[in-house]
Amino acid sequence: MRAQKPSPPLLDRRLLPNFWDFVALVLIVGALVLVVYGGEQINVPLSALDSPPVSLDPANLPEYALRTTLRMLTAIVCSLVFTFLYAALAAKSRRAEMVLIPLLDILQSVPILGFLTFTVVFFMNLFPGRVLGAELACVFAIFTSQAWNMTFSMYQSMRNVPKDLEEASQSFHLSGWQRFWRLDVPFAMPGLIWNTMMSMSGGWFFVVASEAITVGNATVTLPGIGSYVALGIQQQNLQAIGYAILAMLFVIIVYDQLLFRPIVAWADKFRFEQTASGTEPSSWVLDLFRRTRALRALSVPFAAASRSISNLQIALPFRLRKSAARKPSRAIDALWLVLIVAGCGYASWKVYQYLSATLGVTDVLGAVGLGLITLARVAVLIVLASLIWVPIGVWIGLRPKLAERAQPVAQFLAAFPANLAFPVFVVVIVRFGLNADIWLSPLMILGTQWYILFNVIAGASAFPTDLREAASSFHLTGWRWWTKAILPGIFPYYITGAITASGGSWNASIVAEVASWGDTQLTATGLGAYIATATTAGDFPRVVLGIAVMCILVTLFNRLLWRPLYAFGERRLRLG
Amino acid sequence: MLDQVNQASLLEIRSLCRSFPKGSGEDLVVLENVDLTLRAGEIVGLLGRSGSGKSTLLRIIGGLISPSSGNAQCRGEPIDGPPDGVSMVFQSFALFPWLTVLQNVELGLEALGIESSERRTRALAAIDLIGLDGYESAYPKELSGGMRQRVGFARALVVHPDLLLMDEPFSALDVLTAETLRTDLIDLWIEGRLPIKSVLMVTHNIEEAVLMCDRILVFSSNPGRVAAEIKVDLAHPRNRVDPTFRQLVDSIYARMTQRAEPKTAAVEGLPSTGVGMVLNHVSSNLLSGLIETLAGAPYHGRADLPVLAGSLQLEADDLFHLAETLQLLRFAQVSEGDIVLADAGKRFADLDTDARKKLFAEHLVNYVPVIGLIRRVLDERPSHTAPAARFRNELEDYMSEDYADETLKTIVSWGRYAELFAYDEQSELFSLENPH
Repeated sequence: MRAQKPSPPLLDRRLLPNFWDFVALVLIVGALVLVVYGGEQINVPLSALDSPPVSLDPANLPEYALRTTLRMLTAIVCSLVFTFLYAALAAKSRRAEMVLIPLLDILQSVPILGFLTFTVVFFMNLFPGRVLGAELACVFAIFTSQAWNMTFSMYQSMRNVPKDLEEASQSFHLSGWQRFWRLDVPFAMPGLIWNTMMSMSGGWFFVVASEAITVGNATVTLPGIGSYVALGIQQQNLQAIGYAILAMLFVIIVYDQLLFRPIVAWADKFRFEQTASGTEPSSWVLDLFRRTRALRALSVPFAAASRSISNLQIALPFRLRKSAARKPSRAIDALWLVLIVAGCGYASWKVYQYLSATLGVTDVLGAVGLGLITLARVAVLIVLASLIWVPIGVWIGLRPKLAERAQPVAQFLAAFPANLAFPVFVVVIVRFGLNADIWLSPLMILGTQWYILFNVIAGASAFPTDLREAASSFHLTGWRWWTKAILPGIFPYYITGAITASGGSWNASIVAEVASWGDTQLTATGLGAYIATATTAGDFPRVVLGIAVMCILVTLFNRLLWRPLYAFGERRLRLG
Repeated sequence: MLDQVNQASLLEIRSLCRSFPKGSGEDLVVLENVDLTLRAGEIVGLLGRSGSGKSTLLRIIGGLISPSSGNAQCRGEPIDGPPDGVSMVFQSFALFPWLTVLQNVELGLEALGIESSERRTRALAAIDLIGLDGYESAYPKELSGGMRQRVGFARALVVHPDLLLMDEPFSALDVLTAETLRTDLIDLWIEGRLPIKSVLMVTHNIEEAVLMCDRILVFSSNPGRVAAEIKVDLAHPRNRVDPTFRQLVDSIYARMTQRAEPKTAAVEGLPSTGVGMVLNHVSSNLLSGLIETLAGAPYHGRADLPVLAGSLQLEADDLFHLAETLQLLRFAQVSEGDIVLADAGKRFADLDTDARKKLFAEHLVNYVPVIGLIRRVLDERPSHTAPAARFRNELEDYMSEDYADETLKTIVSWGRYAELFAYDEQSELFSLENPH
């Protein structure tokens, strides 16, 4: 089992940021500025919101948990719709692909919690004075944390559909629509489901973070587990936080058992392999469902309907890419390029105009400096987490019985929103008067370190027995065993885990570098705190600047460190 | 009357050409001036080496790729996209792994918009015909290769095509399974139970072509042309050990190896043009093994290619590659279906490993122009290193990127065996130094 599958675009030989990355970055930051600008123009007081008050009564927790779960579900449905449209467009249209894919790539590294500021302003202006706006903003925040890797996975699958199946569907006269549902979607299914699961685990973090947010002088509180915890922090109620953690545990387990297990077990048939593999995923819910008669009978009309819908003879507007059948028109290409460059020019001019009105060069340099501090934190934390979890993961992974039991736990811990547990740490820091700059840092990796653990476990479990036997028969022990046998063996897995962990840590920095307990405020110096403080103060230019700097740093970090390592692992150290 | 005209020529191909864009400017011609007429009631085989464009031709007829020039008509209509009444069987089966056998077979009918009860009846009939009863609800991954290809046949037959296209349908199967499937198919064909009028099949297996086809078009390579048309008048079921059958196979072998000679002769005359030669990857172990086999009993330096292919259990195409490589390196000569070990080859067989490597290196530098070039460049440069890109570019002037890759891979592998140069895969650099 592998975590998030970084994509061929990631494995591109051109590792340095190129022209298209730049285009995408400018377009994204430009769009943000336009949204904020529009929002400010409408100038509706944010305090108009009348949200129902949250109370710390544990009896309310089930309802809050339900509300939180519903937000998650809404977001995942939106993500799926977005994925299907965006990936299909990018995969089928060459010109759309030129812009859409780099855009997606940058969006992946945008700190989602920074987004929150803009989206809250935007959606609340759409529905002034109503809870709906805040709800939508929250759903949108979760959506932005989920959609990108799902879309990437779908796009990649659609580009890598086996040629013979493509020819077969063409040769049997499948219409574009039929082909999409009969070939593209089923082929993309396993990757998409895996990425959806990963997205869901990431999503809990953001739903909790975005239920209670302060922008300028407005505080938005949506009933849910996140706002329950926020209130608990305000009232210094450690017991309430304990309840919330329990509720969250319960919700995640239920979600996994009732939703994802059955889907994974059902989707096993979509795995593209020509020989049956040893173990098949199973789910008691799915088995139960398959055994019932009434429920099955209910599902028949749905199956029939979906089948006839997928059989509609609709020719899709974009034609299939035929191999060198027609040469693309140069003139239209050039026109398209001019359009893109013009869009970029406009966007960068807007950004410049907006930022230069209030900010100077010193602000930019300051933000970059803070960014480097956060960068250092992320790097140190990843190293520390690796030193701890790699040996443990290897130890577990080489013991199949143990690995079988430990793996779901590690995955569960990765899904658990660590920000729920932050207050517990903050209490300790406050009580012992520890240095916030140092001791707040571990919070950044609290939730994301598990990605390293479960990927290493997966890697060590997959390490071939014959290689282990060879190593021991050649008396490879100690340090030599680590460096020559096991570490290269798990390297691709480790890198996958570390990439996910590092991306998550950047995001978490926005909520981890600033923490409070009642009236006590703890702040660590860093870009995360910079963005968080600017958000609370409603200082939009600084938020834009902070996000842009973080985007650039994350992208550079990915391109210059993770991608070369990943490519190296895939090329040289992939076993089998 | 009209029907008769249509039946008379199911397929009409006139002076068809197809080229693909190449790394540098001009295009690579894969098919040149191909003519082909297909009538109802015959099985026609397209036989040729890999790279002779036969699969490309099949895909043009199947409407999957378009020709660069020339005329292609199916049932009197020009081919533009997959034509009606034509279906295809794939080498890799191309089954949808997420659909059951029945659903796979029904797929083609669904695309035609046939309603579900008729779909079911026809699919079950096709499954029954091809001997897949009982497997309807199985998924492809649960089936053996032979059963999977049966699904491929059922799926192609269920739409009742006039013309069945088969792209090396048996080459992914083991010998016994392939033979069973061939016989079953021919039996159904001669009993008139297949709902089709004609079959066009691509193969590189000479015996398979003689066993199944009424007519064989032999293709030459680079560019692909129809080199000969051979009628097979033997009655079905055909017997592989029948002398006329053997004779036919022998003569096709001779014809196909004949083609190879002018290619290397031209190289000898003009060494500088030889850089553009496509080198197929053949491992040095296989080459040594073949030389040893030829030198020993019972061949004593001379072997009949079909016999050799049979005893070594090699596909004709693979054996051709091996034989041609030996010929290119002047270790053997191929003529009229026989391979004869040259003096150098005999010497090679008697040497020990190090001496073999030396002899191999000598022949590489002298007879493979691009390897000679690489060695010269490495010797001349003060750094004694050269990037692979330099030679790749040169190769791509003559061949497609895929062939350039294959050729480069071959060069690296032979060069390493002969200890002519070292190659670092990560930096893509040739060098003279060997790590110690």
